[in-house]
Formats: sequence, structure tokens, C-alpha cells
Amino acid sequence: MRGTDYVLKRVGFAIVTVFVAVTINFVLFRLAPGSAVTNLSRVPHATQQLRHALEVQFGLDKSKWQQYVLYLKQLAHGNLGISYANQQPVSTNLRIALINTLPMVTLGTAFAIVFGTFTGVIAAWRRGTKTEGLTVGTALGFYAMPTQWLGLMLIIIFAGVLPTGGMTNEFLLDPPFWTHVKDLASHIFLPALTLGLVLYGEYTLIVRSAMLETLGEDYILTARAKGLKPRTIVRTHALRNALLPITTLIALSLGYIVAGAILIEIVFSWPGIGRAVFQAVQERDYPMLQGAFLVLTLSVIFFNLVADLLYFRLDPRITE
Amino acid sequence: MSEASLFIEAPPEGGKSRRGFVLRTVRQQPAALAGALFLFAMTVTAILAPWIAPYPLHEQVGPVFGHPSWQHLLGLDDGGIDMITLLIWGLRISLVVGFAATFVSMVIGGAVGVVAGYFGGGIDTVLMRITDYFLVIPDVPLMIVVAAIWGPSLFHIIIVIGILLWTSTARVIRAQVKSVRERVYVKRARALGAGHTRIVVRHVLPQVAPLLVASTVLTIAVAIFDETALAFLGLSDPSTISLGKIIENAFERAAISTGAWWAIVPPGVLVAALILACSLVGGALEDALNPRLRVAHLSARSFRLRRPLVGRGSDAL
Repeated sequence: MRGTDYVLKRVGFAIVTVFVAVTINFVLFRLAPGSAVTNLSRVPHATQQLRHALEVQFGLDKSKWQQYVLYLKQLAHGNLGISYANQQPVSTNLRIALINTLPMVTLGTAFAIVFGTFTGVIAAWRRGTKTEGLTVGTALGFYAMPTQWLGLMLIIIFAGVLPTGGMTNEFLLDPPFWTHVKDLASHIFLPALTLGLVLYGEYTLIVRSAMLETLGEDYILTARAKGLKPRTIVRTHALRNALLPITTLIALSLGYIVAGAILIEIVFSWPGIGRAVFQAVQERDYPMLQGAFLVLTLSVIFFNLVADLLYFRLDPRITE
Repeated sequence: MSEASLFIEAPPEGGKSRRGFVLRTVRQQPAALAGALFLFAMTVTAILAPWIAPYPLHEQVGPVFGHPSWQHLLGLDDGGIDMITLLIWGLRISLVVGFAATFVSMVIGGAVGVVAGYFGGGIDTVLMRITDYFLVIPDVPLMIVVAAIWGPSLFHIIIVIGILLWTSTARVIRAQVKSVRERVYVKRARALGAGHTRIVVRHVLPQVAPLLVASTVLTIAVAIFDETALAFLGLSDPSTISLGKIIENAFERAAISTGAWWAIVPPGVLVAALILACSLVGGALEDALNPRLRVAHLSARSFRLRRPLVGRGSDAL
């Protein structure tokens, strides 16, 4: 079965990539300033016992090779060290941050997929008209703007109308359920919109060029010759085939979105994984930075694998 | 195999020389021409910065966050420094980072692409595997990690961006080199006893050079974008003013709550214009030069997201 071969190969590649990423992660942070022996256990205000426990767990007095093996072992147990900043396990900090990031990122991506596909299809179908020029121009504009700057522009525009920072209104103590939901929704709007607009530009361009490819195919000509309605041609003939590259690209971009959210979370003080990276950089909180980087890398690898498998599911001809 | 033969049989349209083809393609895309002119004008401005900047860069010449006026067309920043002066000097640093980082990535990407494509076999497999890994690992977080560990400096930023942006170049160049290697004149040169160095320098490089240029222009856009991201995270040299640094300063020092839009809108517009211009020019060049994009089926299949949120070059245009 060539299909099984393909799936196994992709899964194998993903596993090896995870391994490479983990190794890079280890090597990078062992080059960090400060002696490796004290680095991981250098948690400020830590008790002697905690420091000792970390030294034993990560073998900080042993050779680099033994440290690497121990690092892998601790990783397998979900132990990423202790954050310098708040003396909590890194894994706990990251879990909280990731849970905060996901709804914001999901909303923004959903916005981009819906509107990006819509305008992308229109731009391709109305090729050479003013409509195309307008949609492509808008998309290129959003695509070229620096993410953090677009966020700041939205803050300028919506200042006073919508909250521009944080995830909830801290002055609402124990609010009733619906007030809480409304509060969350108003806070999530601007960061999600920023992400949505940046991705919208990119998705429109992708969908448009994928549609242009399929609209040039012979079967579209046949469909036209049969006198089918333009709507039918676009929906059932062109878009269905164009979905192939579109789906792959969107799946691929999902992994990067988590990384791209760093800038947005800083602008809007959104307490997610991107802001965790930023704070770790500012406070030189190496265990936290290392953990966050690992999570970001793993999510990209995971979505890459999803994209590969999805591609195979949609187009079984691909086996190479 | 089939890849190679397709490349050989894709003739320049109209049977004219390739240069003519490039010129015609560019002429058909006035947006790309405008982009090229804009890039040229900005480069000249950046070079002439010491002479054309209207005010000194490190001197307070008016009130903090002073409003735009006839003396200061775009107002003043939080230190009372003229915004136009800041933008001109910031442009200079941003372009230096863009060009230098791109140069680093072109050298690496070009070398990897040529070696992998020309020698093929085991070397090719190993190099392409490495490229695959670099492609998967998210650029911006890795840049942040490396820059955070190394400490903030202009030189570090250039190297960090450069060593992470070469993957797409390596892929494009490799594909092209593979096809050039199979062409008859290369085979004849080899039969005549030409060595690897001579074949690569005399026959392969001239063929892939134009594509390298297209790839370069697209990479500059990504490098400029990445610089603003790193500067925003406080990872650039605190004493050098780049466009990213201007945005970061305005954000950090509450330009928005002060209502000083002139301190934050212009640098972003300038960055967006630079990225837009590079994308248009690079896209047009690649459309004209990359035979793969002219074979409909291949370009659809080779769809791949190159990097987070930016850097979708010609495939997207």
C-alpha cells in the first residue's frame, strides 16, 4: 500500500523533527549566559531544597551528554523546570497561557478563513475588473502592514469604544454569567480582529491564486460550454478543486498563527503564550522561554503533519 | 526527471530574448514598476540621510510630542525629536538590516541550493532534509530565543534574521540548478573536461542568478518585517533608531494615550509601503523568471506557506 507508506513517512518525519527541535532547544539554552550548572536551578528566592531537587532532576553537575539524556527524561514526564519569575512549574504557566491564547486565535482565524475565501473567490472570478483590483489591493495592504502596528491603529480607532487591553475587566468582581461573557467578548474583539485582518490579506491572495489555477483548467471550459450558471461553476467545479491547496495552506498557517500572536498579545496585554514569551525575554526567565519555544515549535510541527495528512486525504494521488 | 524536461521546454513567450521578456512582464505590471521606483527612491533617501535629514537626530528641537507644524511637518516624538529626521534615519537602519540579512541568507541559500541541485544524490538528500527542518521550525520565536540569548545588537539581529530566511531561496535555486545541470551544453562542457567549479561558475550560476535576484527582493521584505518584530520585543540595539524601534518607542512611551498619532502612524505606513513594494517587485520578477510558475499544474502543487504571516511572495500575487 503506497498510501500507508506515505502516512508512515510523514509521521516518521514529524517524530524526527520533534526530536531535532528538542535537541536544538537543549543546545540553544545551554549556550545561554551564566553557567549551565546554576542556570536551571537559579530560581530567585528558591529554597535550598528546590535548588537541589532541580540540580538532581536535570543532572546539572554531570556531563553535557548526561544532562541531555536527563533533559529528555524530564521532558517525557512533562517537567520543564521552574519559572524564575513566579516560582511555579513552567508547564503550569504554559498551560494557563495556552488556554488563554486559543479562543482569541481561533476567532481571528475563523474570521480570516470565512472572509478571505469569500473575497478570494470573487477576486478570481472577476479577474481584470475594478472589483479584483480593489480586493487584491486591500488584501496586499493588510498583508504588508506590520502586525503590531495594525493592532495599534485599531486601538487608536476604537479607543473609548472597546477595551484595548487585558482579557477581563478586573473591577467586575464575581459578575453574573452573561455580564462576564459580554465582558470577555468585548476584550477579545480587537486582538482577534487584528489577527483576522492580517490573515485575511494572506488568505485572500492564496485563495485567489488557487482559484485562478483551477479556473484555467479544461473542465471549467467544458462546464462553461455546457451553459452552466457561473455560480454552479464556481461552487461545484472550481472551488472544490481549489480547496486542495487552500486547506493545506490554512492547516499549515495554524501552527504559525500561535507564533504570530506574540506581537498581538503584547499590544493588547493578552495573557497568552505570546505574552509569556515576551515576559520571559524581558525578565531573562530562561526556563519559561525554553518551554514556550518548545510549545510553539511542537504546535507548528503538529499542524504540518495535519496538513500533510489532510492533503493526502483530499488528493490520494499524492504519494511521493 | 519530468521536472527537468518541463523546464527545458518552457520557452520564453514570443520567442524573444529573456531580457525582453522580463521587460515586457514588468511593463505589463505598472504596480511593480511603481514599487521598484519607490524602493529606489527610499534607498537614495537612506544613503543621503546625513545630508537631507532636516534636524539633528539626537537633539530636542521642540516640545515633547509637539504637533505637526510647518517647521516639523510630522510633528515631534516623545523626546522632542523631529519625526521626519527620525524616519529618514530609521529607514536607513531598517534598509541596512533588510539588505545585510538578505545578503547573509542569499549566500547560505544560494550555496545550499547550488550544491544540492548540482551534485544531487546523498548530498542533496542531506541538505534538503536540513532545509525541511529549518522550514518547520517557526522563524520568529527562534529569532526571539537566539536574540534574547545573544543580547540586543544590530549585528546579532542581522545574523539571526539572515540564518533563518534562506530556506525558500535554497529550494527555488535547487530546482532550477537541477534542470540546468541536465541541459545539453552543460553535458558537453563536462564531456570536454570542464571541472565542477568551472561548470558551476560559468554555466550554472549565470542561469540561476536572475532567480536569485527575485528571491532576494522577496526576502528583503521579510527581513524588514522581522526587524520591526524583534525591535518591538526590545531585542534590537537600544541606541540605534530603526523603523521598528520608532514604533516600539511610540508604543512604550504612550504616544497613543497622548493622542500623538503622528509619532506612530508614519513609521508603520513606511514599513508597509516598503514591504508592499518589495512584494510587488519580487513577485513580478519571479513571475517573469521562474518557469515553474508558468506551468499551471506545478505551481498549484508547489503551494507551501513559507513563513508566518509574511513572505508569501509571487505564489500569492
